[in-house]
Amino acid sequence: MAVQDYIRERFFPHLWCPGCGHGIVLNGLIRAVEKLGMSRNEIVMVSGIGCSSRISGYVDFHTLHTIHGRALAFATGVKLSQPALNVIVPMGDGDALSIGGNHFIHAARRNIDITAIVMNNRIYGMTGGQYSPLTGPGMLATTAPYTNIDQGFDIVEMAKAAGATFVARTTTYHVQQMADIIREAIMHEGFSVVEIMSQCPTYFGRKNKQGSAVDMMKQMKAMTTPIGSKAKQENPELIERGIFVQLDKPEYCEEYDRIIERARGGK
Amino acid sequence: MTRQIKFIQGNEAIVEGALYAGLDFFAGYPITPSTEIAEHLSVRLPRQGGKFIQMEDEIASMCAIIGASLTGHKVLTATSGPGFSLKQEALGYAVMAEIPCVIVNVQRGGPSTGVPTHVSQGDVMQARWGTHGDHSIVCLTASNHQDVFAMTVEAFNIAETYRTPVVLLFDEVVGHMRERLEVPEEGEIPLVGRLRTAVRAGVDYHPYLPREDGRLPMSDFGDVHRFNVTGLVHDMWGFPSDNPKIVHGLLRHIVDKIENNAGAMARFKTYYLEDAETVLVSYGSSARSALHIVESLRPRGERIGLLELQTLWPFPADVVRQYCEQAHYTVVVEMNMGQVCQMVKHAVTHPERVFLANRIDGVFISPTDIKQILRLIKGRGV
Repeated sequence: MAVQDYIRERFFPHLWCPGCGHGIVLNGLIRAVEKLGMSRNEIVMVSGIGCSSRISGYVDFHTLHTIHGRALAFATGVKLSQPALNVIVPMGDGDALSIGGNHFIHAARRNIDITAIVMNNRIYGMTGGQYSPLTGPGMLATTAPYTNIDQGFDIVEMAKAAGATFVARTTTYHVQQMADIIREAIMHEGFSVVEIMSQCPTYFGRKNKQGSAVDMMKQMKAMTTPIGSKAKQENPELIERGIFVQLDKPEYCEEYDRIIERARGGK
Repeated sequence: MTRQIKFIQGNEAIVEGALYAGLDFFAGYPITPSTEIAEHLSVRLPRQGGKFIQMEDEIASMCAIIGASLTGHKVLTATSGPGFSLKQEALGYAVMAEIPCVIVNVQRGGPSTGVPTHVSQGDVMQARWGTHGDHSIVCLTASNHQDVFAMTVEAFNIAETYRTPVVLLFDEVVGHMRERLEVPEEGEIPLVGRLRTAVRAGVDYHPYLPREDGRLPMSDFGDVHRFNVTGLVHDMWGFPSDNPKIVHGLLRHIVDKIENNAGAMARFKTYYLEDAETVLVSYGSSARSALHIVESLRPRGERIGLLELQTLWPFPADVVRQYCEQAHYTVVVEMNMGQVCQMVKHAVTHPERVFLANRIDGVFISPTDIKQILRLIKGRGV
């Protein structure tokens, strides 16, 4: 199926600002799905609230645009009630890790077969540039006018600690890697987390004088390196990208099928 | 055929009713005094291939059942006061997105942590107005296990018929007391199943376009129709819109589909009301004490009766007005500061004849309590 068959063309152009990284994520996601040859009817996309969450409106899947922070909880209901469906949950950094932090760690702990994509632009964009748990200290935001003193989360470390069985990171600069990683994440049986570093030139970039969208993407190229690279050994400040965790562990819905067997008197 | 007779808690009667109605997905979080519902369903659901999940919190439980309803399942969550507060945002989502689901609130004393192990009926108005924005809600209750069972089945039927969340508002006394339940035979109580669209694949399906009879046929996630579900105001395809006509039309639709059917949804019971000069209006466990006092005063020649409400929302104003029309005294018996009493005052022709008999101290209102208040109201001293 052609790439454009996976999108709802009548809603384009999309609502994201010029230069926003989220459109690139949409592209990577569609290409991953297309390469897997998945039917639109077997995919449910569940999203929360924020710029990132509007991605669900643009894809021609079963789409569930929910409430702020709770996408993974809705998705858990969809997946457990109908395990045959592929459930993809794109979220923003605030959506996934601030208001939705509890659902994030518990979905990871359960290892339910859901693909969580965190589009991390380090800011609340929809509400106009407030600091998020990923903004990091020293940065500026509309609610951190004297610089931010909140420490940031490391999404990869957090997902690993919470028990996610697939954990990866990439950026909007690395489009090929992004599509490959999303494809791997969808294929993975268990809870997968893909952090995609994305640029918000409108708020994060402007507040922190990071230049244009292109400048911000070049910066993402400069500040990241493949996992275990020589560059990382020489410069520990670099952020690693690639697949950090890919484990085969019991998946929640399959485990629940065993509960059903046990309840019915089987072993 | 031998009938299935059980001696169980009210919370178990809810479980029996829900399973009879076809429940196959439950998500919940432990909270007193409703926890037994989750415990029993964790045993019962997998036995019949259904799914039970204990989520990380109350909010997640409400969200999970909405997700499961969209794949075509009959869904339930159960909670008590503080948990009911936490569920309100997602409950509003179910109203807006028109998702059939049932939410049990076994009421305890509030506000806040309150008196977790004691009875109250303080959440009547929260059930009505707990979530933000103009909306309508369906809320049912019952005073004994046979009716708890019947109202639970009814809740699932209404949820499917009107594509709406339904709140089952029970209380700690009903939830925890044990009494007899006769489980009806299969088919004895009619069940409403999911109404699915007859629109074929490839033909434009409108998930939010009501049929002539007002019902909105659904399509399961995973089936041939792909559509959008959102808490934003949306058009007939489910896509966001802020067009004033669509905003107005949708708000009217979600309110009117409930309010215009208030008569059809009104469930109530009447006791000795034909010639009653004193009409007690009550619901839930307080209706047990109210009925007791009615039955003990009748033999003494007192013209007293009881109107027991089972539908609390949409408020059955016409029913209340009709049965209280001839009353010299209308006395609302409830365990809160008059949440239903004020609705009764609005409904009746003579609000000055409406009085409140209540307790708000976590102690079950007894027949003696009601008797004393009746004496006071009628100027006979204490």
